[in-house]
Amino acid sequence: MKPKLKVIGTSVPKQDAGMRVTGKAIYGHDIKLQGMLYGAILRTEHPSAIIESIDTSAARKLEGVYCVITADDVDVNNIGYKRDHPILKKGEANCTRDEIAAVAAETKEIAKQALKLIKVKYKVRKGIYDVHEALKEQAPQINKFISGKFSNKNIAETFHYEHGNLEEEKKKSAHIVSRKFTLPRMTHACMATSNVTASYNMLDKKLLLYSSTQVPFLYQRDMAHALKMNPSDIRVIQPIIGGGFGSKLDIHPFEPICALLSIKTGKPVQILYSREEEFIASPIRQPMEIELTAGVDKDGNFTFREINIVKDNGAYTSWGATTPFVIMQSFSSLYKLKACRFNATAVYTNNVFAGSFRGYGNPQATFALERVIDLLADKLGMDKAEIRLKNANEKGEVTGQGLHYDTCGHKECLDTVIKKSKYHSFRNSDNGTLRNTNKNESTNNGSRFKKGIGLASMLHVGGGAKIYRSDGCGTTIKIDPYGYCTIITGSNEIGQGSETVLAMMASEELGIDLKKIKVINTDTDVKPWDVGVHASRTSFVAGNSLLGAIKILKEKLNKKAGELLKSDDTAYEYENGNIYPLRNTNINESTNTENKASKLTKEIANTDSYIRNDSDFVKLDKVVREMHFTEPNELAVANFFYEPSSKFQDKDFKGNVSGSYAFAAQAIEVEVDTYTGNVKVTDIYVAQDVGKVLNPLLLGGQIEGGILQGVGYALTEELLMHEGKILNPNFHNYKMLTAADIPNIHFFPIETNDKEGPYGAKGVGEAPLIPTAAAIANAVCNALGLEVIDLPITPEKVMKALASKNTETIQTKNK
Amino acid sequence: MMHEITFFLNEKEVTCKVKPATVLLDLIRDGFELKGTKPGCHEGECGACTVLVNDAPVNSCLFLAVNANGKRITTIEGLTNKDGSLHAVQEVLVESGAVQCGFCTSGMAMSIKAMLHQYESGHHVPGESLKNLPDREEIKKYLEGNLCRCTGYVKIIDAAEKLFAKEV
Repeated sequence: MKPKLKVIGTSVPKQDAGMRVTGKAIYGHDIKLQGMLYGAILRTEHPSAIIESIDTSAARKLEGVYCVITADDVDVNNIGYKRDHPILKKGEANCTRDEIAAVAAETKEIAKQALKLIKVKYKVRKGIYDVHEALKEQAPQINKFISGKFSNKNIAETFHYEHGNLEEEKKKSAHIVSRKFTLPRMTHACMATSNVTASYNMLDKKLLLYSSTQVPFLYQRDMAHALKMNPSDIRVIQPIIGGGFGSKLDIHPFEPICALLSIKTGKPVQILYSREEEFIASPIRQPMEIELTAGVDKDGNFTFREINIVKDNGAYTSWGATTPFVIMQSFSSLYKLKACRFNATAVYTNNVFAGSFRGYGNPQATFALERVIDLLADKLGMDKAEIRLKNANEKGEVTGQGLHYDTCGHKECLDTVIKKSKYHSFRNSDNGTLRNTNKNESTNNGSRFKKGIGLASMLHVGGGAKIYRSDGCGTTIKIDPYGYCTIITGSNEIGQGSETVLAMMASEELGIDLKKIKVINTDTDVKPWDVGVHASRTSFVAGNSLLGAIKILKEKLNKKAGELLKSDDTAYEYENGNIYPLRNTNINESTNTENKASKLTKEIANTDSYIRNDSDFVKLDKVVREMHFTEPNELAVANFFYEPSSKFQDKDFKGNVSGSYAFAAQAIEVEVDTYTGNVKVTDIYVAQDVGKVLNPLLLGGQIEGGILQGVGYALTEELLMHEGKILNPNFHNYKMLTAADIPNIHFFPIETNDKEGPYGAKGVGEAPLIPTAAAIANAVCNALGLEVIDLPITPEKVMKALASKNTETIQTKNK
Repeated sequence: MMHEITFFLNEKEVTCKVKPATVLLDLIRDGFELKGTKPGCHEGECGACTVLVNDAPVNSCLFLAVNANGKRITTIEGLTNKDGSLHAVQEVLVESGAVQCGFCTSGMAMSIKAMLHQYESGHHVPGESLKNLPDREEIKKYLEGNLCRCTGYVKIIDAAEKLFAKEV
């Protein structure tokens, strides 16, 4: 019998929500240090240009200006995943966000005014805004900092992966479908714009940064490299972060620029982006072209997939260039697959640079794959639910890429949404008429509003992702003499609720009230190392790290409790701030201590022979005091570093990259207005293999928030560009969804209890948005009985598709 | 040229001098150091800076500070009960899991408070006394001007629904 969980699995509200809902939480925008200056950045006027001269003399003379810097004034290294990104641009501009100069001034107004006084002479170039143009031989080299590694001068990175015998599987295929998809630019649009406050101490030459980075330790190291400093001389403190979603995985030029302004002036300097700047100068979801050819045999088994991807990298390389790690995983390992060949190339252009974004390439991959699965089913004449169920991943499977599915809820997720959405009574047959009208008043034929339903599923890492040398997280835990607990964790809170989930775990294990648990997680000088918030890893990795630390701490506490209780029992229960010994009542039990200790797991402790007497306990705070004040005088403190069991992939990208894998499926109903082209998402049925529900309230928040980002990706959100310039850098023209647009979301968590996860839990953060666009596209195609290929599915695209269908119909009739 | 204005800020009478172009958001944040009102876009699109002007929700980034003269301005700091405890609006937001990063939360809370006020004072249907709770669709429509990137709005709407069930 397993002990019943008391805190884990309950809907504990976010512990820091009170601070945020009263306006007391301090975000980067709210920091005001004594004597602080305001920094501002001059960006290029042209996405591609030679910078002939920069004249800062007038700006320097303006009263209230403390400092003006250009590339000539600083001695720094490039930043970025490939170190191909200069902080301040010298000689040429290659991207609309390019930083030419920066100023620090007494007020924001003076800083802005100073920017206007800087005179830059440009020689405008034509620029390259298309990946295929960039790959042509005569194209000029866009980024001069990487050379020689690849066959083409404008290639930033390539990935090649394969498993199985592709040619053989092609021969076995009864049907083959080939499609090319173009995926749009989507931006994070965090509600808080990018911000940093730097404070350099000229006396000890140490730099303090208030930064909203998601990865403070990697950031500290990258910042030190950029500024030619020792990483340990840089302290990173995270104020409350107003949204991340992957945008803060990289260091961006404004951050070392702010540090440089502080170093030059010896005063604190703050840079806050305007909303327009946020649209122009923060990274975006990787735009890409995906060519997918996939086959199925006559029985509906998937045979092979061949994938060629060209990604628009922009002018510099971010962590986003590594998204093919995740993309190839979905192509190689979502549904059983015999053979796969995958190629991805990231190409430099003069477009805005692409970063990482929640899902890390997976929404793009899943969109292409799940669209093509629908097309394969059509060719085969097989039901679209059936083909998915037939090929679904299973527990115990080791995929072609070497992913180990120790637990797998893929089939159950699909089954759940198929049943809950009444998929089969709703779905239109392929000529656009309803098979069954039980659910709908009218048929689609002849009506203005056409309804459709689409399915899609997804695979994502659920136990971190070992793409950095360590995927670990450190924890220090202490209990004070008054029975309060402090968790010092390497992980970060970026709004997702990690503080709350960690506090719940400590409360569960130590029997300490949540109000008495503090989580310290914002300061690199204090907290142990961690690789940061990404890959849906925090609850899993930081949770396991905390549980490891608690285990060590409890060994110490148990020992002292045993002394105080004059008990030789070694099993204890922690509840209500007390420690209860579990007395062994079975006198026939072997008294061999070694044997006894090995049996005293928590499970055994709850069998009949070990019982708890509610009046037989010692108070936890007393135990801590006695630890401090009696021999051998020690602290109630423990440290633990958790490294997931995952493996770094080999050069062929094979290996078990995550501690566990998350699966999800969505069935989405849409209603398309054939007069306006407007797509309304009415209902979303989502089932997700979360391993174990740790907190239903916070889990629901992740699901709903992720899904709405997915709906935006599917229908409305696109950063429009023309010759390298962004045409819609504001919320008026970049269409984020509002409260009035939300569909009904029906969520069904699937618990597979992964032994690697804390209490069996897997990562959940990214998964909800991954299959959404695919399922919506499938639903729209189902409603209209035609193909809509590219995202976002705007009314304009729907009307065009409808018009071309009508033309086809007319042409067919005329023949 | 500076203008002297007098207004009630969170029920306290204040007098200050402002430039003609200063917006209320900047006056609140920089002049009065009340940082709970958030600057999300400074162009009236996101609603993060929503405050109440005489009980009506206003994007403080578009509202000239001089126009605050003689009016009652309520910010998130003024919503919190005087003893520091949470106002019912804040309480339901916390309980419902409606807060993630929290940058939109102040504005959301003020919009919900404004909606509550309208319903309590019967302004929603002029001349009619309150009969029905605002339904989910009305709440959605009311919150349309407040963007949120984290929550997908569901739990924010849940919170408002819960509030009306409690209060009205």
